[in-house]
Amino acid sequence: MTAPKTLYDKIWDAHVAHEAEDGTCLLYIDRHLVHEVTSPQAFEGLRMAGRKVRAPEKTIAVPDHNVPTTLDREKGIDNEESRIQVEALDRNAKEFGIHYYPVSDVRQGIVHIVGPEQGWTLPGMTVVCGDSHTATHGAFGALAHGIGTSEVEHVLATQTLIQKKSKNMKVEITGKLKPGVTAKDITLAVIGATGTAGGTGHVIEYCGEAIRDLSMEGRMTVCNMAIEGGARAGLIAPDETTFEYVKGRPHAPKGAQWEAALAWWKTLYTDEGAHFDKVVTLRAEDIEPVVTWGTSPEDVLPITGVVPSPEDFTGGKVEAVRRALDYMGLTPGQKLTDIEIDTVFIGSCTNGRIEDLRAAAEILKGKKIKVKRAMVVPGSGLVRAQAEEEGIAQIFQDAGFEWRLAGCSMCLAMNPDQLSEGERCAATSNRNFEGRQGYKGRTHLVSPAMAAAAALTGRLTDVREMM
Amino acid sequence: MEKFETFTGIAAPMPLVNIDTDMIIPKVFLKTIKRSGLGVHAFDEMRYDRDGNEIPDFVLNQPAYRKAQILIAGDNFGCGSSREHAPWALADFGIKVVVSTSFADIFFNNCFKNGMLPIVLPQEQVDILMKDAERGENARMTVDLEAQEITTSEGEVIKFEVDAFKKHCLLNGLDDIGLTLEKAAAIDSFEAKARAERPWV
Ligand code: SF4
Repeated sequence: MTAPKTLYDKIWDAHVAHEAEDGTCLLYIDRHLVHEVTSPQAFEGLRMAGRKVRAPEKTIAVPDHNVPTTLDREKGIDNEESRIQVEALDRNAKEFGIHYYPVSDVRQGIVHIVGPEQGWTLPGMTVVCGDSHTATHGAFGALAHGIGTSEVEHVLATQTLIQKKSKNMKVEITGKLKPGVTAKDITLAVIGATGTAGGTGHVIEYCGEAIRDLSMEGRMTVCNMAIEGGARAGLIAPDETTFEYVKGRPHAPKGAQWEAALAWWKTLYTDEGAHFDKVVTLRAEDIEPVVTWGTSPEDVLPITGVVPSPEDFTGGKVEAVRRALDYMGLTPGQKLTDIEIDTVFIGSCTNGRIEDLRAAAEILKGKKIKVKRAMVVPGSGLVRAQAEEEGIAQIFQDAGFEWRLAGCSMCLAMNPDQLSEGERCAATSNRNFEGRQGYKGRTHLVSPAMAAAAALTGRLTDVREMM
Repeated sequence: MEKFETFTGIAAPMPLVNIDTDMIIPKVFLKTIKRSGLGVHAFDEMRYDRDGNEIPDFVLNQPAYRKAQILIAGDNFGCGSSREHAPWALADFGIKVVVSTSFADIFFNNCFKNGMLPIVLPQEQVDILMKDAERGENARMTVDLEAQEITTSEGEVIKFEVDAFKKHCLLNGLDDIGLTLEKAAAIDSFEAKARAERPWV
């Protein structure tokens, strides 16, 4: 009998193409997702060495980081460098014969939303992309990591990645979530509990009743931020919810292949008694709607809390908190619900899916926003189309939101969507670093429902008061 | 990749701790589609004022250090993003070796992939090199990777550790892709087996 294995062990073992004596492995890659920012130099490298893409049929490209999300975007990209990057991807996709969703295609969107939506991401796969939020795909029980540009070139040329195995970590969320608490609150609460280095060197498997109860959209939100917790990847074992989501997608298996795939997918779970190097358990009942107050995703508190003081911390964090409060313009002891908001951003690969938009629209229905600026940037053209069909787009527009085209947008502000100096934003994205959403911009990370609530009151707000 | 050969060069002191990848190359320069040409923007915000004029105090702007090939840096050099623009910028500037007590993981690996040698040494030895580097243009150090030695301008020899495989690759100018392609047969047979077992992939 073989020793009990974790889900990570099983996927890893199924993909080792070569193992050296020191444990360094060549891990075979089933799906390689590509976007315009981290790929040009990789294609340039292939061209210079006269190499081809080894498996173009397993390589999918889509521009997302730089693309404008305003309705007039077919007129082209103003910023010259952004335009050059997108044009380079157009050219490289064509030259190397890989699957491509150009800006003009309704299926275009954020790479981590397009992959699952089109059925490219399947349980048990290895998935990589030159972007740290590749962890998102772990929601399907796929082993998914972000890689650097040299590795992008390596995967293009060899369809493998040089890897050493990470450790196993289990994050269990027991019980049921309370009303108003969402997947975003789970993932932020976990980072709040473990810190941004809590998962370093590990692959996290999320499990427990509260995780099982989540939709695929919610599971993607949870895995998306595994990287903010320092982990190499996040995973959730596939189940009926997963199979239901995957079935019928354009690139999902069909007929007899579906049956064969399903039979294997059903073996993808952690065996009884398998070893985890680290275990963290949270009770779902203890999780409240949360917000970040600082400049690190671990700076998390329940919305009912107050801004902490540097003295509440120890070690190097004292100075970091002092700097963060100064940057954020906050005073210790201030109620979080007294913090006034200028801008609301709903979107990103964390919370730009249909369910996220529904949750926000639910709160906004028939009401008007009080903030200066609010925008919704759907994660893909198809999410946008569906929201229009469901009447959600209209709710957003009636409330005073801008209804944008798909892309990364204000999540990292590489396109014109940026905060100005001192501007304060409630955002559904994943990073609140200094300058992330624009020079000296201030970011509070929240769930879509909480973002909608803040838009209506003009300050951080407990969404439960509006339900 | 070029072979890493023994050289004697100028070392610049950068005692600041936690020099992150945004300091090495700010986000606005990530929009390039080339690996080359980032050297003029290395350390941009420390090196130039908002009008683009050089800040004379910054070490690499000082006449003695403009041609530095070695950086002696404070703790935790290269923390932050996984993007490779930071090592590209340093390499393009002409840096071949960075010495510190510690490096961020991804940056450390990215250096090797771009022909640079990051060296980890204990504090006391970094201090010795820092002092030597502060002496300016005359402070030429010699880095011998084969022997795993740095020699200060005064002839003091400091030994360093390096992963044997990474050393082999640097010395022979082997890039990862070339090495992996030597294992093409293993990849081929894995692919054939995977196609039979999981034809839907
Ligand atoms: S939405 Fe944000 S986090 Fe996601 S891929 Fe785009 S920039 Fe990265």
